[in-house]
This record gives sequence, C-alpha cells and structure tokens, in this order.
Amino acid sequence: MLFTNLLDTSLETMRDVAPIILVLFFFQAVALRRPVPHLRRTLFGFLYVLIGLTLFLVGLREALFPLGELMARQLTAPAFIDPVAAQAGTFAAQWWDYGWVYAFAAAIGFATTIAEPSLIAVAIKARQVSGGAISVWGLRVVVAIGVAFGVALGSFRIVTGTPLVPYILAAYTIVIIQTAFSARTIIPLAYDTGGVTTSTVTVPLVAALGLGLATTIPDRSVLIDGFGLIAFASVFPIITVLGYAQIGAWVTAHGAKRRKRA
Amino acid sequence: MVASVLSLFRLSLGSARDLAPIVLVIAFFQLVILRQPLPDLASIAVGLVLVTLGLTLFVQGLEMGLFPLGESMAHGFARKGSAIWLLAFAFCLGFAATVAEPALIAVAGEAARAAAEGGLIAPAPETVESFAFGLRMTVAVAVGVALLIGIMRIVRGWPIHWLIIGGYVLVIAVTPLAPEEIVGVAYDSGGVTTGTITVPLITALGVGLAQMIKGRNPMIEGFGLIALASLTPILFVMAYGIFWTRFV
Repeated sequence: MLFTNLLDTSLETMRDVAPIILVLFFFQAVALRRPVPHLRRTLFGFLYVLIGLTLFLVGLREALFPLGELMARQLTAPAFIDPVAAQAGTFAAQWWDYGWVYAFAAAIGFATTIAEPSLIAVAIKARQVSGGAISVWGLRVVVAIGVAFGVALGSFRIVTGTPLVPYILAAYTIVIIQTAFSARTIIPLAYDTGGVTTSTVTVPLVAALGLGLATTIPDRSVLIDGFGLIAFASVFPIITVLGYAQIGAWVTAHGAKRRKRA
Repeated sequence: MVASVLSLFRLSLGSARDLAPIVLVIAFFQLVILRQPLPDLASIAVGLVLVTLGLTLFVQGLEMGLFPLGESMAHGFARKGSAIWLLAFAFCLGFAATVAEPALIAVAGEAARAAAEGGLIAPAPETVESFAFGLRMTVAVAVGVALLIGIMRIVRGWPIHWLIIGGYVLVIAVTPLAPEEIVGVAYDSGGVTTGTITVPLITALGVGLAQMIKGRNPMIEGFGLIALASLTPILFVMAYGIFWTRFV
C-alpha cells in the first residue's frame, strides 16, 4: 500500500518534472551553448527535490489528507451541525450554525500555508533579495493569516449561497487601493504570494472542504458553489502582505516622529 | 560529515516546526470538536516522518539545484543578449511547467465532467475528454504567455501593478460574458497552475534577470512572474468557455 503509493507518486512527480527538465536542457544546450556550472551539485539538487517532493506527497496522502478530508465532511454534515433536525428530516441550518466550519476553515488554511513548500521557496528568495529585511518566518505567517481569512470567508460564501463575483470584486478593489498607497518594493512580492499559497498542501484540503459544504447544504451546486475557495485563498494574502508592510511603515514613521518630539 | 549530518538535523527540526500547525489543527478538531479517536496512529506516524523528511530534502535540493540553475540561466541569457531566445525560453518553460501538473490534470477532468452535467458540453465521453484536454492546453498556453509578458516586463522595467490591475479589470469585464459553469473553474485554475517545482525556478529566474540588467531592482522587477502566471489562466479559461458555447 505504502510502497505502491510511493511508486505512483514518484512516477507522477517525474512526469510532471520531465517537460521542465527537457526545456531547461534544450535551451542550455542550444541557446546558451555552455555547460551547466557545478553540474554534479545541480543534478543532486534536482534529485533531492524529486525525492523530497515524492516523500512529502506520499506522507500527506498516507497520513493527513484522508483525515482532513474526512473531518471536512463530518464537520459539514447535517448530523454534526444540527443532530436533532437532521434526524427529524427538517434540516435547515442558518449560516451562524456553521461556526466550527469557519473555525476549521481558518485553522486549516493557516496551517497548510505554513507548510507550503513553494511559499518557503519564495520567502527564502525574498530574504536574500531584501538583505534580510523580510524574514522567512514572518512573511509566511502574514501570508497564512491572509489564507486563513480567505478560506473562512469563502466557506461563509458557500454556506450563504451568495455569488462569487461581488466578493472577488470587493477584494480586488481593496488590493488596488492598497497598491496606490504601498511602497513600490513590496508590491510585486505581495502579488506573488497570492499565487504561491495554493499548491501541494493547501489545494486538496481546501477543495475537500468546499466540495463537502456544497454537497451537504441543500440547493447548492457543486459546480457553481464548490469552486472558488482557492480564488479566495489567493486574494487575501495580497491584502495582508500589503497591509503588514503599511503597518510597518506607519509604525516606523510614527516612532521617528515621536523620537523627534522627545 | 558530522557537520552535514548536523545541518540536516537542524533542517529537519525546521520542517517539523513547519508541519506542527497542521498536526495540531487536525488533532484538536478530531479529539475536541468531533470527539473521535485518531484512527490508525501507526500510519499517521509513518506519514509524518515521510512528510518531514521530504520537506527537508526539498529545501536542501532547492538551494543546491533549482535556485542556482535558475540564476545561472538568467545570467547566461542576459550575457547572450538575445531577446528572441529569452522570450522563447520563457514561453516554453511556462508551458512545460504547467502541461503535466497533476493538480491541473485533476481539475481539468473534474471541470469537464461538471460541464457535461451542467449541459455546457455534450455528455459523450469523447467530448468530455477533448474538453478536458483543451482546458489543460489552454491553461498551459496561458502560463507560457504569462512568463513571456513577465520576462518582457523585467527587461523593459514596466511597473507590475499596471499589468496586474489591468489584467484583473479585464477578468472582471469578461466574467459576465463567460458561461456561469466555467467562472468558478476559471478563478480556481489561476491558483493551481503554479506548482512546487515551477515556483522556485521562475522566482530564481526573475530575480537573476533583474540582478543582471542595469537599472533593475531585484526586489521590484525580480518578483511578479508568479502573479502573472496566476492571472492569465483565469482570462484564458473564460475565453475557452465562451469559445465552446459559441462556436462548438
């Protein structure tokens, strides 16, 4: 079981990576026409990444995903939300009955983002480029808070059955306003964090939550209401990263003013 | 030898810390809220060891392989000074990184089945399959185009926010025209495209290029490629949905 899973996942990872390696080597050989510097070290690095990603995915699929998906289903099931009404067949929960669902959505959004490997990669680069002004851990926590809020709000949207577009419109309006008042150096990084939050770890658990909600709540279409959680998880990190930088700038400016006065 | 074992051990401690929140959240909800025992503790323990080991190796390999290769290729292209090769490389890298992404294959298949149920396409298996395949290709081309535009932006020094805001204004303008069944899928496809191997590679490429080109700040021009790669698929998938309803 574990072994076939390991084999399948490593094949899947290799199939995913093969086109990338092909492109890299083609352009290295045909366009750049020079050997890769530190070829041995680079190849070992690729091997580490492949093996690491395979073990990571297998571990998640063996241990955490089944449990997380089961919990998403149980927490959204009528039997958990309102046992009496579910048994009587008169289940008609209101949005405030889903408190634990929102709490779970926020917690799982936060936790999976902290473990997201591509966010770690971007955070490492951001620290290098910013000369240490941006800390790896700090950026990840700020992004994770954004994802937590986004997934919780996205669950609320599915529960209430309100359309996706007004939320997305409002969120991007906030992003545009924040952009106008942000330092130019933080904007590209903030936009990038929106894209990296949603990959290996976050997507399967968040998607399971969305589909669980859309199937157990009456009159929800899985197609129209079930999707869209990931879109929420991509917008709100932009808002929190820009906001964090703005608060930081404000505190620094304020502190300087106070020191001057003193 | 001792030093490398020690550093690997330090790295695994970091990975364990990264995973602790997930474990805590799942344990809390399972034991306190749902009040159910953790099933199959042994397989969970094995899984956690694998995840920790995997994350440690991944981060180590990032610094050894993906980051240096991305940077050295960026430097190579900047020294070569051929815009055509650089742009061709950008498009191919984006396309190749996306076309075999497992998350995208899964989402495309699911979206096609849902589209057939929703009456957007005929329910015949061939139609569903060709819809899914077309969706995958659409997203892969979209990411290729995103990297192409993104690299051009680094070379020219265009400000990213005009591209992104302009792009999202376009997304909002196209949304009412797209079939309702495709909108959610389109918005989500922006999130699934940027996989775990692509992100480090194109971040290193962008930062490397911005460091090499005079007058570019790696903090400003180096980032932004991933944001573009998350935006174009939304537009392209909605266009794909419009194309199917109008012309097929």
